[in-house]
Amino acid sequence: MKVRIVVTLKPGVLDPQGKAIHKSLEGLGFGGINDIRAGKVIELDVADSVTDEDLDGMCRKLIANTVIENYRIER
Amino acid sequence: MTAAVVVFPGSNCDRDLAVAIESIMGRKPNMVWHGETDLPAGTDLIALPGGFSYGDYLRSGAMAARSPVMRAVVDAAERGVPVLGVCNGFQVLTEAGLLPGALMRNAGLNFVCRDVELSVENAQSAFTSRYAAGETILIPVAHHDGNYTADADTRQLLHLARQAGAIDRAPGPPPADPGLLRAQWFC
Repeated sequence: MKVRIVVTLKPGVLDPQGKAIHKSLEGLGFGGINDIRAGKVIELDVADSVTDEDLDGMCRKLIANTVIENYRIER
Repeated sequence: MTAAVVVFPGSNCDRDLAVAIESIMGRKPNMVWHGETDLPAGTDLIALPGGFSYGDYLRSGAMAARSPVMRAVVDAAERGVPVLGVCNGFQVLTEAGLLPGALMRNAGLNFVCRDVELSVENAQSAFTSRYAAGETILIPVAHHDGNYTADADTRQLLHLARQAGAIDRAPGPPPADPGLLRAQWFC
């Protein structure tokens, strides 16, 4: 079973990477961008026996740092 | 005093730290590989070196903080053994939950390499007892992920910094979100 975990910075946390992407896109002439936030996607291939609770534990213990990041599990 | 320097794959200042500790303490520290589950008996100072543990994969210090030896480091810290985290070692300590907050990519994305003036707030701590209270000291910093972010309140963080001994004389601007605190650096 394929699972995608999307990790994003919490609102209010400064995102210099997002700002750099924003500036570069504007440098290429793309207008109308209000804001950009960069995150990451982790793809897992897991056995069917892996529960939602297991996945949540993986996120809380390693994949996301909940001080600064939120995560979303898509299965 | 018996010191232990923890070595992670990707640590690159472990030998520097060992030389510094030996020159001050007159005794070679034990080098402890991250895969160990115990620290050498009698360890009364633990030092985590700088570098790029696990290639900074996922987040700086994230993998190292979950390596087997860190359970022993956390247990020792809870028993009162002093722990020193330098650079990536400091990032490992925040990821391990021994210090509040997290270190993020520098604002502006620049690698920062400069001297920082620190004010010695407490000359009683194990790390600052050879300084005088109020003295200004110069510490070199070199980092890409030194943007300290925490949701703990400012007073708690300053209290921690004062316990450790020294704080940045020119902390960063106050955060836009009052629930978050960003300090350039504290030790």
